[in-house]
Amino acid sequence: MPAQLPPHLRRLEAEAIFIMREVVANFENPVMLYSIGKDSSVMLHLAMKAFHPAKPPFPLLHVDTTWKFREMIAFRDETVKRLGLDIKVHTNQEGKAAGINPFDHGSSNYTQVMKTEALKQALDAGGYDAAFGGARRDEEKSRAKERVFSFRSAHHGWDPKNQRPELWSLYNTRIRTGETIRVFPLSNWTELDIWQYIAAENIPIVPLYFAAERPVVARNGQLIMADDQRMRLLPGEKVEMRRVRFRTLGCYPLTAAVESDADTLDAIVEEMFLATTSERQGRLIDHDESGSMEKKKREGYF
Amino acid sequence: MAEIVALRPHDDAARPVPVETDKGILRFLTCGSVDDGKSTLIGRLLLDTKKLFDDQLASLEKDSRRFGTVGDDMDLALLVDGLEAEREQGITIDVAYRFFATEKRKFIVADTPGHEQYTRNMATGASTADLAVLLIDARKGILNQTRRHATIAAMLGIRHVVLAINKIDLVDYDRVVYDRIVAAFDADASHYGFASRVAIPISARHGDNVGERSESMPWYRGPTLLEHLEGIDLSVDVTASRPFRFPVQWVNRPDLTFRGYAGTIAAGTIRAGDDIVVARTGQQATVSRIVTYDGDVRSASADEAVTLTLDREIDLSRGDILATPAARPDVSDQFAAHLIWMADEAMLPGRPYLMKIGTRTVGAAITELKHKVEIETLKPLAAKTLALNDIGFANLSLAEPIAFDSYEDNRTTGAFILIDRFTNATVAAGMIRFGLSRATNIHRQALDVDKAARAGAKGQKPAVLWFTGLSGSGKSTIANLVEKKLHLMGRHTYLLDGDNVRHGLNRDLGFTDADRVENIRRVAETAKLFVDAGLIVLVSFISPFRAERQLARDLVAEGEFVEIFVDTPLEVAEARDVKGLYKKAREGKIKNFTGIDSPYEAPLTPDIRLDTSIGDAEAQADRIVDYLIERGYSAA
Repeated sequence: MPAQLPPHLRRLEAEAIFIMREVVANFENPVMLYSIGKDSSVMLHLAMKAFHPAKPPFPLLHVDTTWKFREMIAFRDETVKRLGLDIKVHTNQEGKAAGINPFDHGSSNYTQVMKTEALKQALDAGGYDAAFGGARRDEEKSRAKERVFSFRSAHHGWDPKNQRPELWSLYNTRIRTGETIRVFPLSNWTELDIWQYIAAENIPIVPLYFAAERPVVARNGQLIMADDQRMRLLPGEKVEMRRVRFRTLGCYPLTAAVESDADTLDAIVEEMFLATTSERQGRLIDHDESGSMEKKKREGYF
Repeated sequence: MAEIVALRPHDDAARPVPVETDKGILRFLTCGSVDDGKSTLIGRLLLDTKKLFDDQLASLEKDSRRFGTVGDDMDLALLVDGLEAEREQGITIDVAYRFFATEKRKFIVADTPGHEQYTRNMATGASTADLAVLLIDARKGILNQTRRHATIAAMLGIRHVVLAINKIDLVDYDRVVYDRIVAAFDADASHYGFASRVAIPISARHGDNVGERSESMPWYRGPTLLEHLEGIDLSVDVTASRPFRFPVQWVNRPDLTFRGYAGTIAAGTIRAGDDIVVARTGQQATVSRIVTYDGDVRSASADEAVTLTLDREIDLSRGDILATPAARPDVSDQFAAHLIWMADEAMLPGRPYLMKIGTRTVGAAITELKHKVEIETLKPLAAKTLALNDIGFANLSLAEPIAFDSYEDNRTTGAFILIDRFTNATVAAGMIRFGLSRATNIHRQALDVDKAARAGAKGQKPAVLWFTGLSGSGKSTIANLVEKKLHLMGRHTYLLDGDNVRHGLNRDLGFTDADRVENIRRVAETAKLFVDAGLIVLVSFISPFRAERQLARDLVAEGEFVEIFVDTPLEVAEARDVKGLYKKAREGKIKNFTGIDSPYEAPLTPDIRLDTSIGDAEAQADRIVDYLIERGYSAA
């Protein structure tokens, strides 16, 4: 029962459920971005709650860059099967054909083609008028200013200086044909809230979040996991087994592991309290330059 | 004034660990004038609650060197001024939400801009906040902007305020400065009506009395800011004890066997077996089940998202409000509300907007702007429109009746936004103060062919010529002559005569005072319609009471009402007695006869006073026509 949730998680849960129902009641063709990570797992769990006893009345969408951890893909397939949900998987075929990869083309170009462009293609193809994303305001400075219902032009652009004022829980859902809204039900959650909720609700997550012996390469002070044979080693680098886990998941060549012994949810929550770095530290694409997230978001990144 | 519960000193050495006494979430906003240090304060709170990670601190040091405004120190404001434009301009241009937690509470803080033109963002932050931290620069004291923000916070229903008297280090930690500022604020405090007010001297930059007690101000014995935020008791504000309100958000029909109403409880508590009523229609039903993913529950309270099933099928859809039958919300298509205008384009009375209130969206128009609110003093100011960031008090009229509460009673069922029908922009936020009964305060929408256009086509200015005087004073004779003269001049007129109207429109009315009032009201309304059609309307009625003549005058625009007092003394009128009515009245055969046993209140300042002892009816009529030509009601 929700009664066992601490009060702050109950309030966050109810807020997210309200937001999801508001989308379903106002939009014709919503979709939920499912990135397989812990935030997506929480978002999906909340969707199961919001529409019970009905199933969530929208499909999931996964933008597959083809460079995700193998365990993520296995977890994705297992999850949709377990919950009986509809999922669309989209890959930017032009990018794939051109062999765009994170090693040769740089994280910035690669992200633009295989994530941002791929996402726009998938949203256009599906004709979706609203798309749920699992982004949280505490993740990054420009996220802190994003609305819960975030308006996008017909070209998926975000104009941070011209956002609709958002008062109370009165979300303005009005759009014209071609325009869309990105909706962030987890806006007010923090990383700690996510972990506490996963623990309290016993939500399944990708095993990569738990510490285990994994093959990693030390590069620029980061630990990159060699998830498959496509991993390229620079001169002098070697793969070694270390006890690591991931605080955030994405494309394996761009996602750093942390050394950790936390192999249970309780241990992860405890580690959270002692952490001295933010989770995005492990996301290589955020460090290109200061303000790079705002730039990517203006271009349509989630 | 302040209610402060017992506090545990903040344990600075330990990282926050969740404990049993989780007080839930406190949402607050920081506000104040430009450069009062809002962003720095939030940066300080994050730092003092160990919310900052090493990589964030490293990036802060880098940013401080590039954009910083505080010399070699870390510029804490850069932590929260997220957007590139803000960092370059050194100001906060939008609401930013920040999160931190201590062992007692989780905090969500809205950092809102101090520039006056960004008032709408402050209102946005305030709409979801339980408490406002009002920053005051100790060197500057209370500014107009401080009052403005206190007013907006109070108007948006924030019940608790903290005066954070910042930069106290720059006035040598002087108690006198602190006392003076607190006294100045309290002089205005009755305007705001906050439930609690706590004043804390702080230095956001150096950390005094934010997370750690200051060594420099032994005279201050109150809590640190963080202690106060952790400890403040919001239970006085809980909505769980108020009458049950449930805006239906979504109808859940997965198959033929289940029909549930999904929504978030806006106030009160519901139990399975409770009776509810659909506020809009008055239909009643009983709650069968309270359904959640985790199983049915016996009861649910405010802020919980649940799904209700009912014992019978009733007409119920998104936008309806379920309520306890014992305490229902108002239902009306008109109400008075405070509006905060949020669009560059000014507000237009009569223009159709969409109103979103709770889960309902309905067509709405602002029928009348009663006044603008001068925000520093709360004084009403006459105004025809509202510009960006203006606050006004207005009557609104809706396309159909809705259920609502006053904002004071319920922040969910009493709040609304207005949306432009064409741009879809959110143009205003509104807070309902009270409902208006049907048919009062309704003002017609402006039409393309208006009164002036219709009258202009006829070479005249529309007006009511209101003839008042005793029975037998000669009103009808003179009015009739005036109409003939105007008609010959090509003017378009209409004459409403008291006796004639009583044969038709007002045949159901007698001669009691109440009926006389209604008689005049109907005639005045009819005259108004003819004026709107562009006509010169002649009304010949005894109309003995000043109040009703004033009502008739108030119905039309200024300059459209010409009161003509046909001043014939009672003895003269009675001597004439054309219809033999005075005789009957004297014999008691007619009751309530004006001048005999019912009073006549002569006009004190008529537009035209006709002394019928001088000149005949023809001459009196000429005098009126001359008046009309002179004043431009009629071409010559």
